[in-house]
Amino acid sequence: MNLISEPWPWYIGGPAIAAVLFLLLFSEKQFGMSSNLRTLCAMAGAGKKTAFFNFNWRQYRWNLIVAIGAAVGGFIAANYMSDGSVGDIHHDVVVQLDNLGVQGAGKDYMPETFFSPDAFSNPKTLALLALGGFLVGFGTRYAGGCTSGHAISGLSNLQLQSLIAIIGLFIGGLFMNHFLLPYLL
Amino acid sequence: MKRVLLYFAIGILFGITMIKSEAASWFRIYEMFQFKSFHMYGIIGAAVALGVIITQSIKRFKLRSFFGEEIQIPSKTKLVKAPLFGGVIFGLGWALTGACPGPIYVLIGAGYFPLLIVLASALLGTYCYGVLKPRLPH
Repeated sequence: MNLISEPWPWYIGGPAIAAVLFLLLFSEKQFGMSSNLRTLCAMAGAGKKTAFFNFNWRQYRWNLIVAIGAAVGGFIAANYMSDGSVGDIHHDVVVQLDNLGVQGAGKDYMPETFFSPDAFSNPKTLALLALGGFLVGFGTRYAGGCTSGHAISGLSNLQLQSLIAIIGLFIGGLFMNHFLLPYLL
Repeated sequence: MKRVLLYFAIGILFGITMIKSEAASWFRIYEMFQFKSFHMYGIIGAAVALGVIITQSIKRFKLRSFFGEEIQIPSKTKLVKAPLFGGVIFGLGWALTGACPGPIYVLIGAGYFPLLIVLASALLGTYCYGVLKPRLPH
C-alpha cells in the first residue's frame, strides 16, 4: 500500500481526522467546518440587519484560514498525491447508479454528471447543486454543526444533542438517498 | 503569524485527508447511505473512538495547549428540536450533493468547480437560517 498515491483505507483516514481534531483542540480551537459559512456571512455585512450575524467575525478568521488550507490540501492531494485509482465501490451500488444514469462509480473520484465543467451548462444539475447546497447551509447552522462539529467533535465530547443531530442527519440522508434521488437524478 | 501558519497547515492536513480517505467522494456517501460498505462508518467510527480518548483526556487531566493555556472545550447547547430538524435538513443536502461543509472547500481546491455553486447556495442557506432563526422551533 502506497499512502502517497493510493486511496487510504478507513483505518488511516479515521485516525488522520482524529489528528486534525487533536491539532485544533491543542491550538485552542474547535473542529467544526460549517461555522465558517456563518463567519463569511458576517464578513459580508449580514450582521447589519440580522442579529445572528452580528458578532466580531475577526475573532473567527482562523476558521477561514483552515478552510483555505483545506482547499490547498485538496489541490495537493488531487494533483500530486493521486495515481488516479479509487477504492472499490460495492458492485450493487455501481449497477444501481448505472441504472440511474450516474456513471463512474469505482472508476472516477466524482460523478461527471454533477461535477464536470458541463454541469455549468446543465440547468437541472445546477438546480440540484444549488438545492443541495442550500439545504447543507441551512441545516448545519440550524443543527449547530455538521459532520465535523457534531459527529466528530460533539460525539467525542459526549454531547447528547450531537447524537440527536446525527440521528436527524441519517433520517434526512436515507430519505434523500432511497426515496428522492431516484426521481431527482 | 505563527498561529496563522499552524491553522493553514491543519487545513492542508484536513484537505489531504478528505481526498485520500475518499470521505469527500459523492460515491462513498451514496454507498454509505445504502449501507453497502463499511468504509465511511470505519472512518467516522475510528475518528470518534480516538476523539473520545483525546477529548476526555484533555478534560480529565486538564491538559494545556501548544500555547500553554488550559484547553477549554465548550459544551453544545441543550436543544432537541434544532439538532433534529437541522440534522434532517442537512442530511437531505448531504445525500444530494455528497458534500458536507468541509469537503466543499476541499473539492473546489481539487478542481471540481461546480462545488462553487454548492458553496454559494450554502452561504445563502446559512443566511436564510440567520434571518428565520427567531421564528423557527429550537
